[in-house]
Amino acid sequence: MGNFDKKIARFWEVFLNQNGYTKVLTGLQNTLTIAVAGLVIGIVIGTVIAAIEVMPKYKRLPRILDGLCAFYVGLFRGTPIVVQLLVTYYVVLPLLGVNMPPVNVCILVFGLNSGAYVSEIMRGGILSVDPGQMEAGRAVGLSYTVTMMKIVVPQAVKNILPTLGNELIVLVKETSVVSFVGAADLYVAFSYIGSNNYEFMVPYLVMALIYIVLVMVIAMFVRIMERSLRKSDRRN
Amino acid sequence: MIDVIDLRKSFGGLEVLKGITTTIREGEKVVVVGPSGSGKSTFLRCLNCLEDPTSGSIIFEGVDIADMKVDINIHRRHMGMVFQQFNLFNNKTVLGNIMLAPLHIRLTELRKKKIKNVFIKIYNLFAGNKKPLYETNTTRQQIKQEVRENALRLLKRIGIEDKADAYPSTLSGGQKQRIAIIRALAMNPKVILFDEPTSALDPEMVGEVLDLIRQLADEGMTMVIVTHEMGFAREVATRVLFMDDGQILEENTPDRFFSDPQNPRAREFLSKVL
Repeated sequence: MGNFDKKIARFWEVFLNQNGYTKVLTGLQNTLTIAVAGLVIGIVIGTVIAAIEVMPKYKRLPRILDGLCAFYVGLFRGTPIVVQLLVTYYVVLPLLGVNMPPVNVCILVFGLNSGAYVSEIMRGGILSVDPGQMEAGRAVGLSYTVTMMKIVVPQAVKNILPTLGNELIVLVKETSVVSFVGAADLYVAFSYIGSNNYEFMVPYLVMALIYIVLVMVIAMFVRIMERSLRKSDRRN
Repeated sequence: MIDVIDLRKSFGGLEVLKGITTTIREGEKVVVVGPSGSGKSTFLRCLNCLEDPTSGSIIFEGVDIADMKVDINIHRRHMGMVFQQFNLFNNKTVLGNIMLAPLHIRLTELRKKKIKNVFIKIYNLFAGNKKPLYETNTTRQQIKQEVRENALRLLKRIGIEDKADAYPSTLSGGQKQRIAIIRALAMNPKVILFDEPTSALDPEMVGEVLDLIRQLADEGMTMVIVTHEMGFAREVATRVLFMDDGQILEENTPDRFFSDPQNPRAREFLSKVL
């Protein structure tokens, strides 16, 4: 470890003078974009699926939709995200003739993937809301969908916020595989720095630190949001 | 006003309502009493199709609302409902609770009219005989204002306008139930269904809720009330239905029912609760 100082000096050399920091910033930006946009898409998809899954099932249409949702959730929970990325990027999109930048592909795949997980989280959240709330909404003449969106889902989201924060943290860390399809994330940035001076110890250490700080900031952010949503609750 | 014809409801293999036929006329205050598990609440919940009847019809203003093809949401707007557990919307303030449904319905109507107007305008460009446009003079702001004023007026009526911006979790049971009642009133319903409105209340709060229901009764509101408050039932009812085992066993005026019940099971029930 005697030459650790030297290693740090070489790291700073590449980081500051050989464009290392721009790569890191791009990587950071991509990581956050993919995770956050993925989660937003995931929440939208997950809410819709959860709402379909908790629907009363005596008509035909909800049953068909339910089957489709079960297929989707099974598909995206049943395969690793790396496989989903590779298949989307190298199989599905070329077959459809669509040309997309890698980052957008990643947002799409992470969104679809997290939609499958969020749907189950959201379903739990919806089931945790007192069924009387839905009855009260229906009794004043609001439709199932409107009551769901205005009354049940807001209360469900409040209940599942800690779990959604968890999901965001998982997404942030899982973005470390996006380089499989050529998107530039933190891993790409620090590998670049490392390979530029044949020294990987410090870059990867810094990368780990950045992830930890990111996750801590997200956790703090979720806490703050939770507190502001709790204003209609007795516990403050 | 409401004609119930051979209403049946089963949960799985258990038949809870075994053919109920009755008529609720305008201005009547029908009180439903009976031992627990007799199907009173299920009967009430079938009246506005919160439970879908297994068979039979419920004719409300000439429309069979038990028919699955009917848009039940439109008819429910004219039937208020008050629950045992209040069921105020926990994520809305008191004012938000009262305003939500009227505001949403009126804004949706306005939006639909505006969309229809666009089509009519296009039609009028090409057709000889011009169709008239829907009137859309009231703006969203005006509607909001009106609904808000109406909600505040109702809150003032029960004397807790200072709680307008409070959340339901900070209110007492009596306040919650009175707000639930005026939430139903805000829709200008033709009938209000009360499902054991005082059963979840502390004893000292029962009075304030019953007072409000009594006021509404005096104003001529049509009501169907499921309750265990026999004194209140006797005082407010114009007709008493005694239910047991999913059937109406006795239908009588309150005086006759409470002083001289005809049905043996009604007699037994009354001897236990009075």
